Amino acid sequence: MLLLALDTATPAVTVALHDGTDVIASSSQVDSRRHGELLLPAVDRLLAEAGRALDAVTAIVVGVGPGPYTGLRVGLMTADTFGLALGVPVHGLCTLDGLAYASDLEGPFVVATDARRKEVYWARYDDSRTRVTEPAVDRPADIADRVAGLPAVGAGALLYPDTFPHVHEPEHVSAAALASLAAERLAAGADLPAPRPLYLRRPDAQVPKNYKVVTPK
Amino acid sequence: MADEPLVLGIETSCDETGVGIVRGTTLLADAIASSVDEHARFGGVVPEVASRAHLEAMVPTIDRALKEAGVSAKDLDGIAVTAGPGLAGALLVGVSAAKTYAYALGKPLYGVNHLASHICVDQLEHGPLPEPTMALLVSGGHSSLLLSSDITSDVRPMGATIDDAAGEAFDKIARVLNLGFPGGPVIDRYAREGDPGAIAFPRGLTGPRDPAYDFSFSGLKTAVARWIEAKRAAGEEVPVRDVAASFQEAVVDVLTRKAVRACKDEGVDHLMIGGGVAANSRLRALAQERCEKGGIRLRVPRPKLCTDNGAMVAALGAEMVARGRAASGWDLSADSSLPVTDPHVPAPGHSRDHAHDNGRAHDHDHVHEAAKDNLYS
Ligand SMILES: [Zn+2]
Repeated sequence: MLLLALDTATPAVTVALHDGTDVIASSSQVDSRRHGELLLPAVDRLLAEAGRALDAVTAIVVGVGPGPYTGLRVGLMTADTFGLALGVPVHGLCTLDGLAYASDLEGPFVVATDARRKEVYWARYDDSRTRVTEPAVDRPADIADRVAGLPAVGAGALLYPDTFPHVHEPEHVSAAALASLAAERLAAGADLPAPRPLYLRRPDAQVPKNYKVVTPK
Repeated sequence: MADEPLVLGIETSCDETGVGIVRGTTLLADAIASSVDEHARFGGVVPEVASRAHLEAMVPTIDRALKEAGVSAKDLDGIAVTAGPGLAGALLVGVSAAKTYAYALGKPLYGVNHLASHICVDQLEHGPLPEPTMALLVSGGHSSLLLSSDITSDVRPMGATIDDAAGEAFDKIARVLNLGFPGGPVIDRYAREGDPGAIAFPRGLTGPRDPAYDFSFSGLKTAVARWIEAKRAAGEEVPVRDVAASFQEAVVDVLTRKAVRACKDEGVDHLMIGGGVAANSRLRALAQERCEKGGIRLRVPRPKLCTDNGAMVAALGAEMVARGRAASGWDLSADSSLPVTDPHVPAPGHSRDHAHDNGRAHDHDHVHEAAKDNLYS
């Protein structure tokens, strides 16, 4: 088994290879504006470092967000296309679950990433493997009572210390964590979600008003 | 010819997810998934809606194109993709797919220019492009007059719209007349039953001191809207057919007049017309008439090849392969404002071709959305 994991739902462009037992190579670069440029060269370097050929990959694991859409789609489109070209299954995993898994926290906590527009993508966890709420997008002040007293993980928490006073590592998701989580779940016989994006917001689209009157009054 | 390059092309610059496959100048497949219906109620293309639709449609559309062409992905000689110009987020979906596909299949990748692709697609219809070719590209996103002596390396802008694209004017007038979106086909239909000489609408930028090859449709749009409002204000019925015909005549009169003049001035005896507005029946008829009078051969691809599609990208990609142009790098980015003078985006370190040995990479921001406003608003 050789899992190729990638995630572009946070400012990190992160990739990893997992052989079913261990992460055998991984890399992360943080640059929220260049996901499209950085991802494929990162995969190329990853394979070279691990000394594995692309056709040895048996499945793709991709973070499905939630995350800023333009970057998120880079990872999903790349994963879909690897699946098509290699003829291997493509699995999705919630990006927040990857952060939770990497936190190693034991008790209840919350994961929050930056959703821009003064909002966070967030979910609550009972432990690092167990999410207890659906991922959501909200203004931090509006969820303060639901996360009060809980440690928080992720860059979204760092941005809003009023709502999230106790912040734990990591700041960004790592594909290594996603790959390990996926390997664990697959080994346990669990089904992983489809690789479809969690947008959580409708597209910005304004219906134009009736055409603008151009005759001077 | 079996040794002509077999190339798959991906186009996602606006609302069409296009995947085409060509062998040299022969069209093998032209698969399209359009999100136009999702945009109709907004009266224009919504970038985020388009990007979401591209992601969902891409893999099925690639599959469909391969099936239609009856070829196997491993036999491809290259993957081409629209690198720009267009909507940044939409382009990025296509570029991500093309890069990954090329990388996984071990094929060269060619990031190509959308406008040059619109010209090159005519090779699939009428054979190799004459060199030089004058091209009039008219759509909801562009109105340009381009001169190319080699579609893989030399595309020169002669003129362009200084405000709205021609297709945008059609969309806006259709909206004023409550005819829906997109406006081109419906205006064409109404205009067939109207009198093109009924109302004398202005011809933009046709004065003696105006730029010879630039276009302007904003003044025309305003004039038509005012004329309609005046009718409505007076409680009179708007003669939709006559308005459509007279408006359309004003647009195609200017387009064809300037294109034919550019051919004559440059001594070019071929004119190609591409872009969605090239499907307009009156544009085709008037261009034919004026070209015949001027001794110019007119080349207009069938309507399905004029609108955005993957076959045009494949056509230009095949030409890149045939002429030995440098492939793009795995770090190829979507460039929403890729200049028309860059027919493709070679990997850094490669000179773009033998004629211009400068290998220059333009240094503007790669993902900014500013250009979409003048391209597609
Ligand atoms: Zn176009």
